[in-house]
Amino acid sequence: MSNSDFIRQLPRDHHERDANGTLLQRLRIDLPLLLLLLIVTGAGLVVLFSASDSSSAMLARQGRYLLIGYFLMFAVAQVNIERLKRLAPFAYAGGVLMLLGVMFFGSGAKGAQRWLDLGGFRFQPSEVMKLVVPMTLAWYYAVRPLPPRFKYVAIGLVILMVPSLLIARQPDLGTAIIIGSSGIFVLFLAGIGWHIIAIGFGLIAAAAYPIWVYLLHDYQRGRILTMLNPELDKLGAGWNIIQSQTAIGSGGIEGKGWLLGTQSHLDFLPESHTDFIVAVLAEEFGLRGVLMLLLLYVLLIMRGAWIGITAKHSFGRLLAGSITLTFFVYVFVNMGMVSGLLPVVGVPLPLVSQGGTSMVTLLVGFGMLMSIRADERFIHQ
Amino acid sequence: MAQPVALKDPSRERILYRRRFLVASALMVAMLGVIVGRYFFLQIVKHETYKTQSDRNRIQLQPIAPKRGLIFDRNGVLLAENIPSYSLVLIKERVPDLDETLSELAALIAVDEDDIRKFKKRLRHRRPYQAVPLKFRLTEEEIARLAVNRYRLPGVDVDAQLVRNYPHGELLAHALGYVGRINEREMDEIDAVNYSATNHIGKLGVEHFYEQVLHGTVGYQNVETNARGRVLRVLERNPPEPGADLYLNIDVNLQRVAHRVLGDERGAIVAIDPADGGVLAMVSTPSYDTNLFVNGISTTDYNRLRESRDLPLFNRTLQGQYPPGSTLKPIFGLGALHYGVVTRRTTVPDPGWYSLANDERVYRDWKSGGHGYRIDMHQAVVESCDVYFYDLAFNMGIDRIHEFGQRFGLGELTGIDSDNERSGLLPSRDWKRSVKGSHWFPGETLNVGIGQGFMLTTPMQLAVSTAVLANRGERKVPRIVRAINGEPLPTPLKPRVELADESDWDFMLQTMEDVVHSAKGTARNISSKLDYRIAGKTGTAQVIGIVSHEDYDPTQVAKRQRDHALFVGFAPADNPRIALAVIVENGEAGGRVAAPIARKVFDAYLRPDTIKHIEPIKLEKMRMTRPSNGEEV
Repeated sequence: MSNSDFIRQLPRDHHERDANGTLLQRLRIDLPLLLLLLIVTGAGLVVLFSASDSSSAMLARQGRYLLIGYFLMFAVAQVNIERLKRLAPFAYAGGVLMLLGVMFFGSGAKGAQRWLDLGGFRFQPSEVMKLVVPMTLAWYYAVRPLPPRFKYVAIGLVILMVPSLLIARQPDLGTAIIIGSSGIFVLFLAGIGWHIIAIGFGLIAAAAYPIWVYLLHDYQRGRILTMLNPELDKLGAGWNIIQSQTAIGSGGIEGKGWLLGTQSHLDFLPESHTDFIVAVLAEEFGLRGVLMLLLLYVLLIMRGAWIGITAKHSFGRLLAGSITLTFFVYVFVNMGMVSGLLPVVGVPLPLVSQGGTSMVTLLVGFGMLMSIRADERFIHQ
Repeated sequence: MAQPVALKDPSRERILYRRRFLVASALMVAMLGVIVGRYFFLQIVKHETYKTQSDRNRIQLQPIAPKRGLIFDRNGVLLAENIPSYSLVLIKERVPDLDETLSELAALIAVDEDDIRKFKKRLRHRRPYQAVPLKFRLTEEEIARLAVNRYRLPGVDVDAQLVRNYPHGELLAHALGYVGRINEREMDEIDAVNYSATNHIGKLGVEHFYEQVLHGTVGYQNVETNARGRVLRVLERNPPEPGADLYLNIDVNLQRVAHRVLGDERGAIVAIDPADGGVLAMVSTPSYDTNLFVNGISTTDYNRLRESRDLPLFNRTLQGQYPPGSTLKPIFGLGALHYGVVTRRTTVPDPGWYSLANDERVYRDWKSGGHGYRIDMHQAVVESCDVYFYDLAFNMGIDRIHEFGQRFGLGELTGIDSDNERSGLLPSRDWKRSVKGSHWFPGETLNVGIGQGFMLTTPMQLAVSTAVLANRGERKVPRIVRAINGEPLPTPLKPRVELADESDWDFMLQTMEDVVHSAKGTARNISSKLDYRIAGKTGTAQVIGIVSHEDYDPTQVAKRQRDHALFVGFAPADNPRIALAVIVENGEAGGRVAAPIARKVFDAYLRPDTIKHIEPIKLEKMRMTRPSNGEEV
């Protein structure tokens, strides 16, 4: 009996076994994850309230997104992991088609085409791909002996590159980075050889110049240059970075107090409720607040890591690992760019920044983690 | 789907995964360390720096412009005030697309090419985030339109500030001058701190001369602002010190009469109070509305004023240099008496012409046939006999004429508290040698003797020298401003004109009275229904054009070559309260044209109740009624 046959048998007595567990187990909910998520999103609302100048309307809107996100998280958690796995290639094909659709018929703002109009309903295919790409790669490697042979690595890279390049062309560098890294994490965790990794780094280094000249848009080059020296353009692109660093630095250890941040409340800080919200947190709650948030993130990542490590079959293991590491990328890129370590790319602070799409995607990702966990628990028993 | 042949090894894969995740975790810890290090660096190591920067962001030291001092006339009538004015301003950093915003604004309110061109010029000299004005003096309707559309016009604002206003417009243009926006050249000269909130500076006249007094001292306030510069809270305030109010010697009612009586003609009137040198009126026509200049005059308006053949921008009272003609005869007469060149009884025959030995030229009297064969000084002044003064000048010589003329302030600046004053010209041998490069000819002395030739005076100089006559030699520097903040200004004095025989003053003043009140006086026509006495002297000067523009219209050429009409005088003769000088360019005859104007001004000052309606002079009409028996030319 092959491995896959064994897995296919699982659903048969799945429900009767589940019925014997606790209420949470029967609901396929991972309590540590749920508690941490509730704390982070709750704290996020507190910061957002301040960042939006005490706008209850914005708070209500974010609350609605959270409700939708949590609902979808629970819904995804109910889906058997095997079913998710079988769904992956079809979702991938559909996603790539939609990205092509965006390229030809999409609508957008500020020179970027990211949205697809589906009869009055605006939809961002790239957001879905953040989960579909690692799912597809995990599906692809789940049935192959690991570490993968060179041929499978190559095919995996193609699976990864097609949507990443389509999204980078929109252009949406932030999402392309998230999707690219989520796919690379699957490959890495699948055990591709260190020599391939070394070659990959070598190629990236060699390609850096052509990418800089041919692939990047002027505004993206500008952002990188501005990051390296914000003083270059004090009132233009450098303004955001100088003001966010000032907000963070002026917060000190203790912070200026909730709703008392001058940088954000006097409108010096741009995008204070979206990508730059961590500067509001740093200004009002100080280094203590930043470390508290980082601790919560670390705990979430540790729980995700645990779910991955304890997963018994490859698909869940690879997917859980990729989701967890990608979550870290969100944190690192966002906090790095706001503090002036990295160029400004559109990556939100996960679970805190205002905005529905990223919130829903992230929570759905955690729903998948819960689903993986629930099915592992079953195997244990 | 084809299944791979090779079998998976679950336990090996699990170990591989754990090893890889361990590597990833190590990387994550390192990267997390970088992030924590970065926030530690910003929030603890550099905390003070960023805290200062954040405060500097938040708190701004804003200068507050002082209120410019007001200007009143001698009776407390407001001549220059500050009224709130609303301007449309743009903060470039906040405007997403400047050209698009400008065209949208042009669709909302009237913004023309000129506004945009000047706006772009201003845009070049500004600090970041400084609001730059695009259009001034918005109407209520324009403000409302902007307010309604403001939500879709980021970076566009309506700014309120106090702006200078001259309620009397062109009436006092040449006396008051005006303020205008500070230009680049002035920017280098002014005290940058004191003017940090000021947009306007005195450009001309009293506004310029008394700039330091009128401006005041800048104040400061510490304010909390948002990034758009909007003030949210005033933390500390150090109020500005307003500029001092000026009270002028000018009587706006007298000024109005003088201005109206000149009508559409080109000319000037200066009236002085002999007691203190106070300038009661100074009128130069045509004039212009100074309010046009306050916020930058439009190019069309400016070209219209600049290119007008009548030179409205030209301040004739201080800058117009005219040959004084016969108006100086009393002064030269006094000089001749002082030096003993003649006595009051010395007579000269006047056949209607005069000539010098070794000089073929014939010097004509304005009256063909002459005034008679025994002309003394009294008759020579009353009837304005040229031949008598040719002889007098010849005997007195240019050196003594020059020396005596200087005592009355001829040929030098009067020192009035205004700007751009010209000195006129009292010729001398030295002047001729250094400027013309030749020696002095006796015939030239003759022309100076009747106020022609090289001789030039400004209306202000004529008024001042007439006041010296009225004061029997006391010289006072003319003053436009009487008091600053109620504190009277002292009257600067100049050395008194001393005469060898002080009774000559009475003789000459009586003679000047006879110019008006005797049967043969050249200004006898103004003595009717006069219940006070006027002393004066008429003058008619041959034109040395002050108009620099070429003139091709033949009828206009003729008109502009006609003589200038002048009159100087003071009243009441026994107790002078007003001394004045009148000049009407191309007015032809001092007695017929200038003297009646002087009478109206005297009446307006001494008998204000009799002035009901001011009839402007009309030269063309007066030419029709020209007397046929000849008059002074």
